[in-house]
Amino acid sequence: MVFHLFIPIITPMIGATLAVFFNRQRIAARAIALISVLINLGYGLWLMSVVPASGPLVAQASGWLAPFGISLVADGMSALMVMLAALLMLTTIVYSFYSVDYERERHFYYPLLLLLLLGVSGAFLTGDLFNLYVWFEVLLVASFGLITLGGSRDQLEGGLKYVVLNLLGSTAFLFGCGLMYGFAGTLNMAHIAERMATLSNPGLQTALAGIFLFAFGSKAAIVPLFFWLPSSYHTPPVAVTAIFSGLMTKVGVYALYRVFGLLLQNELAVYGPWLTLLAGLTMVIGVLGAVAQMNVRRILSFHIISQIGYSIMGLGLASAAGLAAGLVFTAHVMIVKMALFFIGGAAEQINGTGDLKKMGGLARREPLLALFWFLGILSLAGIPPLSGFIGKLILLQVGVSQQAYLITAVAAGTSILTFFSMLKIWNEVFWKKSYEDVNLLPRVPLGLLAPGAALVILSVALGLLAGPLVDYNTIAGQQAFDRGAYITAVCGVDGCEAVYRAALK
Amino acid sequence: MMPLLLLLSIFMLLRGHNLPGGGFIGGLLASSAIILQIVAFGPKTARRILPVNYLLLAAFGVFFGAIWGLPALFAGLPYMQAFWLPEPIPGVGKIGTPVLFDIGVYFTVIGVTTKIALLLVEEPILFPLPAMKTASAESEEGA
Repeated sequence: MVFHLFIPIITPMIGATLAVFFNRQRIAARAIALISVLINLGYGLWLMSVVPASGPLVAQASGWLAPFGISLVADGMSALMVMLAALLMLTTIVYSFYSVDYERERHFYYPLLLLLLLGVSGAFLTGDLFNLYVWFEVLLVASFGLITLGGSRDQLEGGLKYVVLNLLGSTAFLFGCGLMYGFAGTLNMAHIAERMATLSNPGLQTALAGIFLFAFGSKAAIVPLFFWLPSSYHTPPVAVTAIFSGLMTKVGVYALYRVFGLLLQNELAVYGPWLTLLAGLTMVIGVLGAVAQMNVRRILSFHIISQIGYSIMGLGLASAAGLAAGLVFTAHVMIVKMALFFIGGAAEQINGTGDLKKMGGLARREPLLALFWFLGILSLAGIPPLSGFIGKLILLQVGVSQQAYLITAVAAGTSILTFFSMLKIWNEVFWKKSYEDVNLLPRVPLGLLAPGAALVILSVALGLLAGPLVDYNTIAGQQAFDRGAYITAVCGVDGCEAVYRAALK
Repeated sequence: MMPLLLLLSIFMLLRGHNLPGGGFIGGLLASSAIILQIVAFGPKTARRILPVNYLLLAAFGVFFGAIWGLPALFAGLPYMQAFWLPEPIPGVGKIGTPVLFDIGVYFTVIGVTTKIALLLVEEPILFPLPAMKTASAESEEGA
């Protein structure tokens, strides 16, 4: 029992309300947002340093016993995600200082960002299925606000698709929760996992797994359910698109990992081949969708979908090693994808447009920006010294060792297509001669360059010092797949059923 | 009606710990009192009678609710672990951190529901940003 596990949830909540109070004082609102995120980041780093050795950390809200109250559980996967969410939010806030206009800031921009962080951290930490639904709603409501903030025609149009399709996913999730409660009689994840092992109703379990796959798949934008993403992500300010790309779909991936790794582990064997099929389709269709686009952020949006395919592939391999590989890749792609959005967004901002045809010549004008972009796309494609190489290498290794040759080949082939598609942006935005005089364009301020550059440098560092990352994620993958340890951590050695029975007496 | 309803809402708020009621119900009652004013006399009168910034009220409610979970944290107990005064206060009942948390919920519910009603009634320019759009549309919406 660690009582301070609530800090990453309380901090953004109190920060958000304070930021509403000090909304008119711009500096105060910014400082509050920054401090809250720094606290979360520090706590996330501390969690990551502790969890691999100690196993899952658990806190019970209000001190209620585990299968009855709401548990917060931080295992390796949660700790990594909490840390990454805070890190990415930090870069977003810094980027927002230089890119978001005062009108948006005045209309509660920072409180919404903090609410998003609150929802995301809560979703990563909770150990209760219904509570997970609540945190999803919190982060969705915040994201609805962020995506339509400003109210331009494009934003409302994109926002409408985003809201409707996400609500559809949420409804399916709620159905799943209801069925799960009817089936297992509990919503505590550890307790469900324990009962799933003894209850035998394979048909219903498979149906439940299908509902959850639909619900989280639509959040994560896997193949048949991705349409909301590219039609909405290019409309809000760059900073908002960036944080969405880093966090929103990845919460869906996390939920899939959690539900299939812990609750419905038996079903993972059934669903494994289908998941790999979906993963392969997601990779290929995402990257092919990007080919047809001529807008920086639309291309990057389609690449989000393509990368999600790799994360799902890790899950589809249905083993602790697969989950670990998927986690390494997800961590890498969260960092690099956001860096690319920041850099592409900076190019878009100084050009005044994201249309590839109208841009050009930035390599000469802004060599630093071009350099970091190029490093970023090398990393995304998986060229050796960068983090993308490590992420993909491990996935492919696991794929080969489990004789999943087809998906492995697809994953490797998609990398080439990804690189090709990214080179298109490179050619059009940075390399080709501009039709207009680039010297007339405004310079990129340091504040727009720094967040993306920092993330790219982090990616390089993760690639060079891959050992700790891989070791950490190997443990995290094992923890995510280890039902027994999770149940013991939440409910004690005898398991949740014993606590439940004792309480009934 | 309004004073009566507001009194009833506070009664609901305080009896809520072990009986039907509580912050949410109380808040709904109080906001329905205000909304009745809006329906009867129009939003201007309602704003004049209760000159409150409902958005800030909602934020204050969340803040107030959240901080009363903190004492447990400082005492090394899980968040929101309850603390109670040993003796009930006559006429009010037992007072502890859950009651204070409920007061936070109460304010949040009043703030949010009344704000929504006011927005619907007054039909302000919800997104007063056409001026902003001309200034920043070119730079940001490169669709």
